[in-house]
Amino acid sequence: MSAVTKTNTGPALQLPEKTYLNSTYGIRSWLLTTDHKRIALLYLISVTFFFFIGGFFAMMIRLHLLTPSGYLLSADTYNRMFTMHGVTMIFFFLIPSIPAILGNFLIPLMIGAKDLAFPKINLLSWYIYIIGGSFTLYSMITGGLDTGWTFYTPLSTVYSNSAVAPAVVGVFITGFSSILTGLNFLVTVHTMRAPGMTWFRLPLFVWAHYATSVVMILGTPVIAITLGLAAMERVFGLGFFNPAMGGDPILFQHLFWFYSHPAVYIMILPAMGVISELIPTFARKKLFGYHFVAAASLAIAVIGFLVWTHHMFLTGQSTYSAVAFSFLTFLVAIPSAIKTFNWTATLFGGSISFDTPMLYAFGFLGLFLVGGLTGLFLGCLGIDMHVHDTYFVVAHFHYIMVGGAVMGYLGGLHFWWPKITGRMYPEWIARIAALVLFVGFNLTFFPQFVLGYLGMPRRYHVYPPEFQVYNVMSTAGASILAIGYLLPMVYLTWAAFYGKVAGNNPWPATGLEWTTQSPPLTENFEVTPVVTWEAYDFHNRPELGLDVPGHTGSPTVAPAHGDD
Amino acid sequence: MHRTGALYGQFETLEQQKETASLGMWIFLVTEVMFFGGIMLAYTINRHTYFHAFAMGSKTLSLGLGGTNTAVLIASSFTMAMGVWSAQTGKKKLLPMFLSLTILLGFIFFGIKYVEYAQKFHHHLVPGRNFDITYCIDNPNKCEDIDAKDLAQERHEIEEAMAADPDLNAHAQLYYSAYFGMTGLHALHMVIGAGLLFWLLAGSLQGRFTPEWNTPVDIVGLYWHFVDIVWIYLFPLLYLIDRHK
Repeated sequence: MSAVTKTNTGPALQLPEKTYLNSTYGIRSWLLTTDHKRIALLYLISVTFFFFIGGFFAMMIRLHLLTPSGYLLSADTYNRMFTMHGVTMIFFFLIPSIPAILGNFLIPLMIGAKDLAFPKINLLSWYIYIIGGSFTLYSMITGGLDTGWTFYTPLSTVYSNSAVAPAVVGVFITGFSSILTGLNFLVTVHTMRAPGMTWFRLPLFVWAHYATSVVMILGTPVIAITLGLAAMERVFGLGFFNPAMGGDPILFQHLFWFYSHPAVYIMILPAMGVISELIPTFARKKLFGYHFVAAASLAIAVIGFLVWTHHMFLTGQSTYSAVAFSFLTFLVAIPSAIKTFNWTATLFGGSISFDTPMLYAFGFLGLFLVGGLTGLFLGCLGIDMHVHDTYFVVAHFHYIMVGGAVMGYLGGLHFWWPKITGRMYPEWIARIAALVLFVGFNLTFFPQFVLGYLGMPRRYHVYPPEFQVYNVMSTAGASILAIGYLLPMVYLTWAAFYGKVAGNNPWPATGLEWTTQSPPLTENFEVTPVVTWEAYDFHNRPELGLDVPGHTGSPTVAPAHGDD
Repeated sequence: MHRTGALYGQFETLEQQKETASLGMWIFLVTEVMFFGGIMLAYTINRHTYFHAFAMGSKTLSLGLGGTNTAVLIASSFTMAMGVWSAQTGKKKLLPMFLSLTILLGFIFFGIKYVEYAQKFHHHLVPGRNFDITYCIDNPNKCEDIDAKDLAQERHEIEEAMAADPDLNAHAQLYYSAYFGMTGLHALHMVIGAGLLFWLLAGSLQGRFTPEWNTPVDIVGLYWHFVDIVWIYLFPLLYLIDRHK
């Protein structure tokens, strides 16, 4: 199959003797670890747990919406379902997922450091996440909340009879997990890079997480104070957001969205960072326009703070304000577009292989494009007037968050699974699962664009009967999507124990993390590396065992795959 | 953990470790600015909309107590800076002294704050708890801590303000929401700071901090100065509205 001496052909490889997984034993060595790699795995388990919970609520929504007159749940219960789906997925799955799992695991390895700048704060971040999650779980068991994940006042602060307070406390606490992770990453990238690892030799994954961390640092404290004030209003009667006391619900919305819009960039920037690693590797070609992609990450982070009012176009704001924010919303699309063009340009003239991570990358490219373009529709005042608060918005953000961020997450998980576990996942089942996920995803969410455009409002437990066919399609798609998620959970777990031993660099890829053993040592590198090559430089790395000619043709050898 | 300048495992040099700790604390302070910034925004918008109520609320605060607290905190920043200097120059006897002084000044601040808060509860000026800005004027015997002359002036001011804003009581609650929210948050940060100072004091009595390694003193100093600066903002914003009249 391959003439290249790749590390996973030839005689069977052995796992290294000493790794971060077996360096110490016992539950205390895991729960009191300061090793960023172990903390990443702790996050993997807890984030996956919350993903299941959020998925359960999604299932309830979609099952209920099979019929137009809502036979499954009462209106009140339905409100709780979509609220808990949103709260769980956003704060406990999407925001932590890539940074806390892949970012934690990989950033020290990618920059040549032994650990993050503040390993104990890293562990503290995880415990804060668990405590915040526990409060929110408590809220769920005591009846959940029905305010929507946006907690709009005065429903959330005065009138709601649901478990608002514990949920708000839970989200507040978890925010500090985010802040500390962002702080850790920023300081690490500034002070812990290995000799020769200059800023412009950093993998774009690191740039993406740097930009994400800037957003986490500047944005998350604002939601903290906003939720704090809302909690004060609910519990102690302070009155900033309560019209009966002279307060203003729109003030809450401004403060809330000031964080929650940048929060969506916290969710997508890391996924973009993953894609920036996958595409060069599986096109066997340097990323096109490295500097532009790095700058675009920072631009998204900065401009992302200037667009929040586009969530409030229908609140009666002045036309001038609306026009300004609409313009800025169009502006923030530009750096994302630059990245998308650059990823696509990287493919041109490359030697493309369709390993599972690349399938996820392709999925990302198409689905993020749809999501991003529909975001522009929503940023356009004339259109938003009609589709605001409809399923059009729901479809838009699911295309970005699921079609974009989750694809990036799964692609990254597959790509780095051999590094994390030392073992390869089964390639063919993985490819099938990726396709199942893609089909399921589109069947779930594309009909929702149609529904929204036809006028079906979101967050309603009933709908006009003529919309039923689209809702049934959407629910059918959701079941397929669920299978697409379950399959990797099963085979990745299996592969962690029984997969084919992968070796240092099964792909091969150019990052520093691939120069060390799989799984890595606790201290990552036996000797601190000295970096002399540029990022994604397939040419000047003879040790990768590639024979890469000029930019124009296909390589003289075909890449070897896992076990086909 | 008793470290006296030992290098943590993830660092290559002590210099890198110090730089990292310092950068970490500065970035954390940026998050604190954003945190207080949110409530400052709420304050600003409400003050603009309900100026008369805010001015009235501000006048019910004691300039004497607030001013004293400001002086106390500025002094505590000075003693803290002296503490950092002592650590940097190896003055091992002076460091615990300056840390103790800083803690003492912090507790004086808490004491004065307690007096102020107690007064507010007493005078029905806590939002959501039978709030009534006219309570002291209507019941002068219940507010013995205000003398008759001030009470007369307050009556005059309230009547003026009510003429300008018929919903004065409701809007004044917003002022007090800001007052308790902002000073409460600030006090919470000071409590944390005091805790950190106690920890430093314990360490300094054991001689842990040397000119080669005094990072904890340095970064707690940064935190304490930040808490002080927040008060420097709070004092004019809450105590000095429309006082020139």
